[in-house]
Amino acid sequence: MTPSIRIQEAPFDLAEETAALTAGREDVGGLASFVGLCRADDGLAALVLEHYPGMTERAIARIAAEACARWPLTGCTVIHRIGRLPPGAPIVLVLTASSHRAAALESCAFLIDWLKTRAPFWKREEFADGRERWVEAKESDDAAAARWDAA
Amino acid sequence: MRVLYFAWVRQKVGKAEEEVAPPAEVRDVAGLMAWLAAQSPGHAEAFANARTIRAAVNQEFARPDQALAAGDEVAFFPPVTGG
Repeated sequence: MTPSIRIQEAPFDLAEETAALTAGREDVGGLASFVGLCRADDGLAALVLEHYPGMTERAIARIAAEACARWPLTGCTVIHRIGRLPPGAPIVLVLTASSHRAAALESCAFLIDWLKTRAPFWKREEFADGRERWVEAKESDDAAAARWDAA
Repeated sequence: MRVLYFAWVRQKVGKAEEEVAPPAEVRDVAGLMAWLAAQSPGHAEAFANARTIRAAVNQEFARPDQALAAGDEVAFFPPVTGG
């Protein structure tokens, strides 16, 4: 199974991606998905997402390979959007499929936790009044990622 | 050596990438950061607090003591905030 990894400006379609992981298969017992959305904090007008082309794909491929090594997955899709996204817009999709629910649920949580701390993306916030600010990394994200180290 | 900058590091330096030829005594990531900081006021501002900057060498995260070679691609950026 080769994980599907895409970096794109365009929106993604959860139903379409789900269908792609189940079409023609009878061994999938569970699908887990995480969709991260642009939240309108403090009068946010838009998030602008930047990444490191080349390294991003490589980093996510490594994270997905780690997930596949830890859990018996039948499918795995990671889509991360870049560019200017308004409040409410989907930013990231993690989709995992497995014969059993625990593997799907746990690997999905693992993928988004590691992606947040190990994939080279940066968010800039643009506000309605013209201010802009780079989002700072959160210690809580490091802690969420670290809980998988002992696993 | 190709050096890339992302997010506020790029904004402060004033460019997204540049070709540099540091002197032989620049042997590792920390040394390159110190040398770059002396290249312009923008570089100096970007690298003023080295602890807030992360690095990658040839598209892999790298520590300050990682050795560098002439053909390397080195990138500097803030801690990542995707997802």
